[in-house]
Amino acid sequence: MTLQEIFDTMDYGTAPESASAALEWIAKHNGTFGHFINGSFTKAKDGFDTKNPATGERLAAVSQANADDINTAVTAARHAQTEWWGLGGHGRAKVLYALARLLQKHARLFAVLETLDNGKPIRESRDIDIPLAQRHFYYHAGMAQLMTAELADAEPIGVCGQIIPWNFPLLMLAWKIAPALAMGNTVVLKPAEYTSLTALLFAEICQEAGVPKGVVNIVTGDGAVGELIVAHPDIDKIAFTGSTEVGRKIRHATAGTGKALTLELGGKSPFIVFEDADLDSAVEGIVDAIWFNQGQVCCAGSRLLVQEGIADKFHSKLRSRMDRLRVGDPMDKSIDMGAIVDPVQLERITHMVAACSDGTCYQATLDHTSSGCFYPPTLITGLTAADPLMQEEVFGPVLASMTFRTPAEAIQLANNTRYGLAASIWSENINLCLGLAPKVKAGVIWINGTNMFDASAGFGGLRESGFGREGGWEGLRAYTKPKVQGIKIPQISPKTGSNTVENGLDRTAKLYIGGKQTRPDSGYSKPVFAANGSFLAHVPEGSKKDIRNASEAAQSASSWSGTTGHLRAQILYYIAENLSARSQEFANRIDAMTGQATGHSEVNTAIDRLFTYGAWADKFDGRICNTPVRGATLAMNEPVGVIGALCPDEAPLLGLVSVMAPAIAMGNRVILIASEPYPLTATDFYQILDTSDVPAGVVNVITGSHQALAPTLASHMDIDAVWSFSSSDVSKAIEAGSATNLKRTWVNHGVNPDWHSQNAQGRGFLNAATDVKTVWIPYGEG
Amino acid sequence: MGSLKNHADIQRNPGMDLDLDWVMSAQANTSAIERRAASFGARRSVKKSYQAAWLLKAITCIDLTTLSGDDTNGRVLRLCAKAKTPVRADIMAALGMDPITTGAVCVYHDMIAPAVHALEGTNIPIAAVSTGFPAGLSPMPLRIAEIKASVEAGAREIDIVISRRHVLTGNWQALYDEMKAFRAACGDAHVKAILATGELGSLRNVARASMVCMMAGADFIKTSTGKESVNATLPVSLVMVRAIRDYYQATGYKVGYKPAGGISKAKDALVYLSLIKEELGNDWLCPELFRFGASSLLGDIERQLEHHVTGAYSGTYRHALG
Repeated sequence: MTLQEIFDTMDYGTAPESASAALEWIAKHNGTFGHFINGSFTKAKDGFDTKNPATGERLAAVSQANADDINTAVTAARHAQTEWWGLGGHGRAKVLYALARLLQKHARLFAVLETLDNGKPIRESRDIDIPLAQRHFYYHAGMAQLMTAELADAEPIGVCGQIIPWNFPLLMLAWKIAPALAMGNTVVLKPAEYTSLTALLFAEICQEAGVPKGVVNIVTGDGAVGELIVAHPDIDKIAFTGSTEVGRKIRHATAGTGKALTLELGGKSPFIVFEDADLDSAVEGIVDAIWFNQGQVCCAGSRLLVQEGIADKFHSKLRSRMDRLRVGDPMDKSIDMGAIVDPVQLERITHMVAACSDGTCYQATLDHTSSGCFYPPTLITGLTAADPLMQEEVFGPVLASMTFRTPAEAIQLANNTRYGLAASIWSENINLCLGLAPKVKAGVIWINGTNMFDASAGFGGLRESGFGREGGWEGLRAYTKPKVQGIKIPQISPKTGSNTVENGLDRTAKLYIGGKQTRPDSGYSKPVFAANGSFLAHVPEGSKKDIRNASEAAQSASSWSGTTGHLRAQILYYIAENLSARSQEFANRIDAMTGQATGHSEVNTAIDRLFTYGAWADKFDGRICNTPVRGATLAMNEPVGVIGALCPDEAPLLGLVSVMAPAIAMGNRVILIASEPYPLTATDFYQILDTSDVPAGVVNVITGSHQALAPTLASHMDIDAVWSFSSSDVSKAIEAGSATNLKRTWVNHGVNPDWHSQNAQGRGFLNAATDVKTVWIPYGEG
Repeated sequence: MGSLKNHADIQRNPGMDLDLDWVMSAQANTSAIERRAASFGARRSVKKSYQAAWLLKAITCIDLTTLSGDDTNGRVLRLCAKAKTPVRADIMAALGMDPITTGAVCVYHDMIAPAVHALEGTNIPIAAVSTGFPAGLSPMPLRIAEIKASVEAGAREIDIVISRRHVLTGNWQALYDEMKAFRAACGDAHVKAILATGELGSLRNVARASMVCMMAGADFIKTSTGKESVNATLPVSLVMVRAIRDYYQATGYKVGYKPAGGISKAKDALVYLSLIKEELGNDWLCPELFRFGASSLLGDIERQLEHHVTGAYSGTYRHALG
């Protein structure tokens, strides 16, 4: 085109980024890559091609790891871990700082390589992915430096197996490796098979930065390699980011192994637009929400909920914005949307949209005619909550829209999903926005914004979006464990006796559900004998149905979560007061059941513990994260919801109180399964609850077999977390059962704290009783 | 996108009744607007001959301006000469372009006469700032008279200043009435409404004031006098062009946009052009609907154009002063 013609048409032309430096880097490795194990690259061997999805061209050949490779990598990591931890916080900080600096020095090479391999626009890898990865290493260099002083009770978990997705290859690597290394762990990381190259370039950077051999190991390959990592017996922790389907498999595979686990999975995040929002800005928010990275983002705002009165206007603004999005060569600096990562994904998106027969589909025109994997920005309006596109994750540039009438309905629709990763709320009314934020079930909330990320703010989900946080102080919990470990507890059997003759007036122990004493659904009871063999009482045999009833009662007591910490504190103190009044009776009962003379000390410590959590109830504050935006980014400690807890067997009162008190102090409702051998303290205890103003359904008590009840609790879809301190071997059953809805679990693997010690209370329990919700509130005017 | 339309048939905005519901429904979220504004420079990159063509387009949209207390006939003469020949002939020849001019020259009332003289025989319009520019606080009859005198003297465009106090006190009816009176006084001359956005307190006020001025018949809305401490910015521009888009979608009339003050780099001009292209479309990329109020921008563009032709970076002294 002549200059005069351009002057007349005012087209953008092309602004291609050069691929040459990245291609030279690949050529320097002869286009083939081995694994990075113990500080050096292995010889390349059989593997697979990695391609440029925008052109279909082969970029390089990458090796497929086998069991030997994984063994070598894990051994190297294990060997290196002691020394790496021993290097101390400052030593590790220097290495992480060097990594951050090198990522910055080679920023353009990383960006270009990322775009070539993944297909995302160069603008995004250049301005978002790579800078955020650098920031993550800087931030965690600081965390390494501060660990000794600020996390004095923590130590590394050990060897971490990390499996990351293809949508943000280097950034997800940074999210995994930086905190792990900062806390003194070593890693074996597997990048996604489509996008291994920036991880391999990172391996080179590790050599330059002086990362000790074996601290970072990178193995490439497909899902089979991931399975080898998950199954490896000498890996202490698995961190996975990817699909919910695979996350579920990993939960099953690691159940009962004692491996720590964090999962960052899929989403169907709502994008809620109220009639008083800045609609044009909300439209741009959607561009950043669903047409960022071709919609291949776990927290993509893929579900548009728009207030009915403005829906037509808003959709029309959206459609004209879609027409101006430029889809094409991701190496062009003026491109908004690049290529879908692989033909398999393109086929999946195409199929899902084609299968949607309801609603009205609008797609921007694609003028790109190359052979690459491109899919147009897509909006489907007029859908209802039941449509698959409203429920299922597409992982593509497809936005499904429906309307709502009121804020209450917006919340209902927003929460009408199995996922709970993120949500975006748009309104100029601060009351509306801040009122909605705690009510939407999601780990991350953006107010009048979307897809904001920073190393100092936690990221992660609820429900089937997984558990665990990445970023911030809370993210470090995924890579540390308490220095003081518990004690191995033996299985405690119930005492036995021969006759079941009542001595005195019959006092019937019942279940305590929804604030009422109820008979067990099964109609069965079981005798409880004292240590001396005399008959004490019958206790109900709780069953599945009782769990169901208790869970319903607990769910309907949801207003407890909205009460003030001050009120919860008062109730905890009141429980302590009433327990104190009956301390002699409780002490005697404990002594009779256990045959030990620990009753008094147990009651006194239980009262102490109730005071501890009464104290904490209004003091477990959240924080404001130091994110680089003008505004406030809140890390709010929210109750987990309904927690099912198998109480410790060995300390029938103190154990129950140690589990119940932190949970209800933080606003949870609990279903307590009493100590199996010594259940009568729990059934006595509900009388205390009854007289202490504990609202109905907040604490429910069930007696029965731990082995029988654990799987029901674990697989129940409307229970949000399960804890176990049982002396029965139920940890595996709970972890496996929890895969149904990916609820959080906290199980003991046969090791409990000494309930009389300080280790049996405090932040560890409070953290388990809360989820951190990150709320981004950009603000400012004039 | 197709080629640009013939702009001769752009219909003048006749205005409409004041629609307060519409005015008050305008919202502007500052943080979100700043984020979007910051992305224009990163999302679009115009290179090589495209860049040269875009810069030439920018020149045709410049209101070459002098608004100083020490303006003289000689100074205005020199400015007009530059407006007629903004780029050295050898550079234009090397670029293969037909001659271009700036969009207009912009002066105070007393400088209209020398400008008319200097621009005789060209089609370059003279814009006069008016209505007690820059504060706009002189008596209303004098402000009206000033418009009429300038039109009489040969100004084809009148840049009026609004009473900021009407915006700051939410007196939209007064703002509407004032703007409507200014428009009437202009007659056939086109009227640009200067909002003095740096003095309006919030982007929401900018959005609402933009809407009221368009309803009252403004042909252009313009950011600033150049005399406020904050002049044209990308966030303010985004708010104003979004208002223009809404007005066009509701009424079918295209109102022009003029950012003024603080735009002095060729690179900035490219970002503004891409903002207009993205938010309003190609139709607005012409002097009939888009102007830069600028005095030093042209010099930087000339240097960039010479660099495009020679491959060597240029110097100020190589280009005629305006």
